[in-house]
Formats: sequence, C-alpha cells, structure tokens
Amino acid sequence: MALLDLANPVRFMTLSARVLPVLAAAAVVVLGIGFYLVFHAPADYQQGDTVKIMYIHVPFAWLSMFGYTLMATSAIGLLVWRHPLADVAHKATAPVGATFALLCLITGALWGRPMWGTYWVWDARLTSMLVLLLLYLGLMALRAAIEDPNRAGRAAAVLTLVGFINVPIVKFSVDWWNTLHQPASVLRMDGPTIDPSLLWPLLTCAVGFSLLFITLQMLGMRTEILRRRVQSLEARAAAEASA
Amino acid sequence: MTHFTFIAAAYGVSFLGLGLLTLVLVLEYRGQKRLLVELEARRKARRRQAAERTLAARSAAVEKSA
Repeated sequence: MALLDLANPVRFMTLSARVLPVLAAAAVVVLGIGFYLVFHAPADYQQGDTVKIMYIHVPFAWLSMFGYTLMATSAIGLLVWRHPLADVAHKATAPVGATFALLCLITGALWGRPMWGTYWVWDARLTSMLVLLLLYLGLMALRAAIEDPNRAGRAAAVLTLVGFINVPIVKFSVDWWNTLHQPASVLRMDGPTIDPSLLWPLLTCAVGFSLLFITLQMLGMRTEILRRRVQSLEARAAAEASA
Repeated sequence: MTHFTFIAAAYGVSFLGLGLLTLVLVLEYRGQKRLLVELEARRKARRRQAAERTLAARSAAVEKSA
C-alpha cells in the first residue's frame, strides 16, 4: 500500500490519538531537561548571561522556517495529489508557525537591545524574518477571506509556494548581505563554531521546541478534521430538513 | 533595564505566547469535539424518529387494509 493511501483522515485520527499524549509528554520532559541545562550553562565571554536568550530565540527561528517548509510541502501535496490531509496540515501549521515567527522577532529584539543597542534594524535577516511572519498572517487572512474552503485551500497553497522563496533568503541573508545580525554558528557546512557547553543546551531546547511544535500542529490538524466533519454533518442536516 | 530584565522578558513573553497558543488550540479542539458529539446525537435522534414514523405509518396501513 502506498504511503499516501495510509495517510487518510480516519487513520490519522486513530494514530494521532495515540501519538499526541506521548509527544506532549516528551516535549515537556525534553524542554525541562533543556531549561535545566540552560540554567547551568556558562555565560558567554562577550555577551554574558544575555546569551541565555539564544536558547529560545534560535529554536523559534529554526521552527518558523521549518513550519513554512512544512506548509510548502503540504501545498505541493494539495495542488499535485489533492490529498485531503495536505490541506488540513497546511491550515493547521499556519497559526503555530506564525506564533513561533512572532516569538523569534520579539526575543530577537529583546536580545538585540542590550547587545546591539537597538531593538530593530532593517537589515536583511530581520526584514526577511518579518516578511516570513507577514506571509504566515497573509495566508491565514487569505483562507479566512474566501468562503469556499476548496478555493481557499488552493489559493493559499499557491501563495505558500510563491512565498517559499523567502525561506532560503532568511537562511542565507547573513551570508549574502552585510547584516548586523551575526552569521550562522550552528547550521554551517564546516560544522558548528559554538562551544559545546553552549551547543548542547541549545540542541536540547531545539529538540524540545520541535516536539512542542509537532504536538501543537497535530492538535490543530485533529481540530480541523473535526471541524470539517461538523460542517459536513450540518450541511447534511440542512439538506434533510429542506427535503 | 538590566540584562536580567531582558532575559526574563524574553522567557516570559515566550512562555506566555506558547501558553496562549496551546490554550486556544486545546479549547478549539474541545469545542469542535463537543459540537460533533451533539450533532451526531441529534442525527441519531432524527433517524430514530423517522424510523418510528415509518413504522407507525406501515402498521396504520396494515390495520386499514385488515
């Protein structure tokens, strides 16, 4: 049986009902360990304790880009295969991704003020991250603006794929342009340049936030499937009443 | 503002933001689940009533013909 056949809403609801509590518990445990490591991690030789903001800011940035990539993959699944779960996944990811992008910008501003002397500059990394947040919000607004859910899903999928060009721009902006934001220090071709005493708490927090992201996204997908069942039942009841 | 204030603000905003998102998603899920249960119960009741009406009509027809 093809993998796509396995991924139908009924099977997803059965499987996710079992997986979701485990994922949520794992997220809490891993984040707990992560924050314990953060609390005991040494201060940076230049930034002092302000480096502690990195342990939340960097995972938020990674996951907001991951969320958009997930939406772009779902958009392909919707436009090419018209897979019912692809549209559900696309819709459920947007609010979670938008929240992570917003928190990335806020924590970045709170880190930038003591380190750079400013909350905000219009440099390529910060601006492209803001564009990513606006794309998330725009996609949610687009879905809300179109009444027909099928048309709304297709329009949002097309816009997602157009907007995906921004994801590599966010990632490589610090290499392509001269920015106030520092270049990548973890996801590099030549390996991380960050000291292991700071790297391990960061990676642990990143795993914990990733588990939380997937948990919230899966919960959103379950809600969306239930919403569609409710809409279908309401439509059937209205048709029976008028007959 | 000391550096500690910035660190506390960053963590505070993050916990608040993620907490709110979780709360909204959980409440939305519970709301849809409750709605679905209600609709299914109403649908079952409607079907039962329709079946009872059909049965009553049939037995009335049988009595009339007898």
